[in-house]
Amino acid sequence: MKHSAGILIRSPKFMFGAIMLLLMVALVVIVPLINRADPLSMEALAFQPPGGGLLLGSDNFGRDLFLELVYGIRTSIMVGLVAGVFATIIGLAIGLLCGYAGGFLDNILTAVTNMFIVIPSFIILILISVSINSRSSLLVALIIGLTSWPWTARAVRAQTSSLRNRDHVNLAKISGHSTPKIIVFEILPYIASYVVMAFILQVASGILSEASISMLGLGPYNTISLGIIMNWALVFEAPVAGAWWAFIPAAFSIAVITFSLYMINTGMDEIFNPKIRSERA
Amino acid sequence: MNAYARYFLKKSGWYLVTLLIALILNFLLPRLIEGNPVSTIASQVSQGMTDSDSIKKVYDNFMKEFGVDKPLLAQFGIYLKKLVTGDLGTSFGLYPRKVSDILMAAVPWTVALQLPAILVGWIIGNVLGAVAAYRKGVFDKVLFPAALFVNSIPFFTLAIIMLYLLAITLKWFPMSGGYDYQMVPHFSLDFILSVLRHHTLPFLSIVLVTIGGQAIGMREMSIYELNSDYVLYSKLLGIRDSRVARYVFKNAMLPQITGLALSIGTMVGGSLICEIVFSYPGIGTWLFTAIRQLDYPLISGCTLLIALTVLLANFTIEIVYGIVDPRIKASQMEEN
Repeated sequence: MKHSAGILIRSPKFMFGAIMLLLMVALVVIVPLINRADPLSMEALAFQPPGGGLLLGSDNFGRDLFLELVYGIRTSIMVGLVAGVFATIIGLAIGLLCGYAGGFLDNILTAVTNMFIVIPSFIILILISVSINSRSSLLVALIIGLTSWPWTARAVRAQTSSLRNRDHVNLAKISGHSTPKIIVFEILPYIASYVVMAFILQVASGILSEASISMLGLGPYNTISLGIIMNWALVFEAPVAGAWWAFIPAAFSIAVITFSLYMINTGMDEIFNPKIRSERA
Repeated sequence: MNAYARYFLKKSGWYLVTLLIALILNFLLPRLIEGNPVSTIASQVSQGMTDSDSIKKVYDNFMKEFGVDKPLLAQFGIYLKKLVTGDLGTSFGLYPRKVSDILMAAVPWTVALQLPAILVGWIIGNVLGAVAAYRKGVFDKVLFPAALFVNSIPFFTLAIIMLYLLAITLKWFPMSGGYDYQMVPHFSLDFILSVLRHHTLPFLSIVLVTIGGQAIGMREMSIYELNSDYVLYSKLLGIRDSRVARYVFKNAMLPQITGLALSIGTMVGGSLICEIVFSYPGIGTWLFTAIRQLDYPLISGCTLLIALTVLLANFTIEIVYGIVDPRIKASQMEEN
């Protein structure tokens, strides 16, 4: 474990992603401590350009966009994390069950997984969001998690079913270890790196899903997220008013967060999966 | 019965079940809205109406369409029966226009925008990814992070930035719509040029993001293949590089085709939002309008149409794939 951590630190891609992400997190933790103002309070006239008292200008309601952005990043990261955890747990449970149990259960669950991979999750997301009237950001995160597990499940299943017949697993079976114990000690450690990488991708796609659904006007209520800022900018025609500061920083933040998550993922992938390193080892 | 026919039948069976599930989701979820959806909706629709007779007419109409007085299974039966005849109900927001009419008008726009954009992006992305893996060096060092960055920008973000830069600031392209608003759709050079000018920006923004994702996938697959034993062996045998490259890219290409199939769903979702940014008169923009007006029949019409298209695209690709990929052919043989 210590060994892998050492390699990770030497991977420029991983470090780049991790540092960018930590900077973002530091920003959203520190700024609300210094500036205790309500991000939804009106501070200036509508669409004031950056400068003066406001770092990123004001939006259509004259609110401080920098403060909104900070709270937006916080909500988006949180929604992404919760959605990622939720999707990974469901995917891991179904994948392990399928791969380890095999047989009839495997056939059924694999079929279900394949179906939900083909039915666009974005559509299910829209349908569920439309039917729920009051959506908190936690609920939105759970719905996103609920619609995005199939990829993890499929990958975990493939790995588990190839591990199932390895000697060390058979040995544990013969020694009379219980099934949960075998799964935790003989299977999980082998797929752990894979699951962590899948989790990181799920967080990134959770953030993107939240942004997309909020852009459509189906985002969480009573909160600010990056998607909601974009939705406001679009609904109140910020591009037409030439107010680039109302949407470019939010758009850029989404890109930076997901980019750093992808970088972390790629860095880890090159270490745990040496075959895809571009320099031949 | 030969192996391929069995493969075909099995796939068809699974896709039919998937279709049924998609239909059930589309039917059930909007009906989970708390309370009686019809009265909630009818009261919204008839807000502007003062004549109680017409309010009652609207209410009765939706009552009949939803059939909420019947048991759920019977409702589903009615829903399926109407679906087969192409009846998707009446729009709330644009009462009394039929949902199917609205969608019929929107489909050509969406298809003309997305199909070429996704295909062009997919082809360019794969070529770039393969070249990056093969050439390595500076090309790879520049292309890969760039592709990764473009790929992590959501579709709509890139769209909004392009809208601001190229349409509003530089005024190179029109801002919104599918053609100049003072024109009436007709067949003339002027109209076609206008359509093309409006088409460019949304098209480019979808192409760019698609390139990013595909280039990353293809690069990874190609590197994987280039590092495999058969490449080393072929090189040791003295087979020409160009020939080895051909083997490598053929092998790396096949998963990319499945990738295309599987990512069509996400791509369609993403580029729908791209339509919204440019107010392009396609399905995405109607979906946006429908959501803002809580126009349930139109929302479920849009989602149903998108789900069906994605299913059909995936099915087609899997069926073709079964013919093309020797590995799948082999697994068909094994089953016999």
